[in-house]
Parts: sequence; C-alpha cells; structure tokens
Amino acid sequence: MTIIQFLLVGAALFSMGLYGVITRRNAVLVLASVELMLAAVNINLVSFDAYLQDQLNSGQIFSLFIIALAAAEVGIGIAIVLMIYRNRQSADVDELNLMKG
Amino acid sequence: METVSFADWFKEAANWAFILIALPTLFGAWRTVTSNNIVRAVLYLVVSLAGTAAMFLMLGAAFVGLTVVLVYIGAVVILFLIGIMITRAPLGMEAELSHGRDVKVPAALLSVVLFAVIAWAMVDAFGMYMIQPFEPTLTSDLANTLFDRFVLPFEVVSFVLLAALIGGIAIARKDDEGGNR
Repeated sequence: MTIIQFLLVGAALFSMGLYGVITRRNAVLVLASVELMLAAVNINLVSFDAYLQDQLNSGQIFSLFIIALAAAEVGIGIAIVLMIYRNRQSADVDELNLMKG
Repeated sequence: METVSFADWFKEAANWAFILIALPTLFGAWRTVTSNNIVRAVLYLVVSLAGTAAMFLMLGAAFVGLTVVLVYIGAVVILFLIGIMITRAPLGMEAELSHGRDVKVPAALLSVVLFAVIAWAMVDAFGMYMIQPFEPTLTSDLANTLFDRFVLPFEVVSFVLLAALIGGIAIARKDDEGGNR
C-alpha cells in the first residue's frame, strides 16, 4: 500500500463535499456534505498515522475527537434547521436572507 | 523511504481490495451531492461512510473504523433522516434540492481546481512512498494514550457534547403558549 492512494481518496471526498456545500439548497443536505468533508479529514489523519508509525497513535485519537465533534455539530445543526423550519416553514438556505442589506 | 513502481502496485492484493473499497466510497459521495431524491442522498452517505470505515480497517485502525460505523452510520444518518421527516422536505420529488446551472458550473470548477491543487501537492510530496508494514493498533493501546496523554482534550470534548445536548434541547423545544421561554 502507498500513502498517496488514501490521500487522493480523501482529497476527492473533500472536493465533492465542497461541491455539495455550495450547490445544495436544502439545509439537511448541506450538513450531509459537511459530513463528507469531515470524513475526508479523518481518512487523512488515520493514513498519516499509519504512514508515520506514530507510537502515540495521535492521528487515530484526533479522528476520534473529530467524530465526536461532528456528532455534536449535526445535533445542533438539525436543531437549528428545525427551529428555522418552525419559524419560516422552509428548510431552504437561500430564503434565510434577513441579514442581507 | 521505500517506493513502488506503478506496475508493482497492481500486483499487491491489498491494493485490489482498496480499489473495491474506494470506488463505492467515491460513487456514494458523488451521489450524495448530486442525487435529486433527498432520502437517497442521505442513504448514499451511508455507502460513502462505510467505505471510509473499511479504509480505516485496512490501515489497522479497527477502533476508529468501528466508531465510524456506530456513530456515523448508526446515529448521524438517523438524525439526518429525522431532520428530513420533521422539516417535510420534498420526498421523492425533483424539487429544488440544488441550485441551477449558474451555481453548479462555478462550484464544479472550484471543486476540480481544489482537487487538482491538493492532488498535485500530495503527489509532489509523497509520490509512491510505501506505507511500511505495521501492526494493527490495539484498542487497549489507544485507550492508554487517550486517558494518559490526551485526557484533557478528552474531557473538553465531553464538555462540548454536554453543551451540545443542552443547547439542542434549548433550541429545538417549543415555545410556551404565553410566549415566555
């Protein structure tokens, strides 16, 4: 196994997540695209952990932290989407332009 | 650092397993960001995340891989489905889940350029360096490090989870009839 194969898959996942964040209009799907980007970061951390033969396994531990924070982020994100839907009857991120000058 | 030629790369059985894992992962990610059906988009996310979990197993990170299966596939995707159902998203319709071409074309261009820059930098830096043979990480070793060297970040993450729990309840609960919260 080479390191570059994992890094390229991570880069592709990150780019697709970016595409989804920009093009999606539904707030839940924007959050799903953010999850793809976080998964790409996890792949990079774990593959560098194996590549560098880290005795402390820092890469794996930091990816565990990222997984925990991603779970918290999705929980809060869904709660905010729910609140917005309750107030505006829509989960479309384009209609949230109250702060536009 | 030991390198490998491109022809020899295809002779290693683990790399064929990697291709079998990577193709569904990328396909799932692609359909997640392009599918016109909102439930299918979230379910393709399961395929993609399961592929990353399998890659973690290939890299000897069994605990991280199984955590991805439990937390992401078990909890986060269910949370997404609940969010879809509560907000009554247009199920099964071709409705406006994505922007039109005026946003898609620049976004695709930006993504391709980003991928090209990252891929060029990584190929330039690492080329065909091999990952040296390694022992799979024991969960007990991971736990010893986590509760010794990284115990403070661990406690901070626990606190963040508690704050997210309370914040989620505070944000999502219904207002009282009188209007005071």
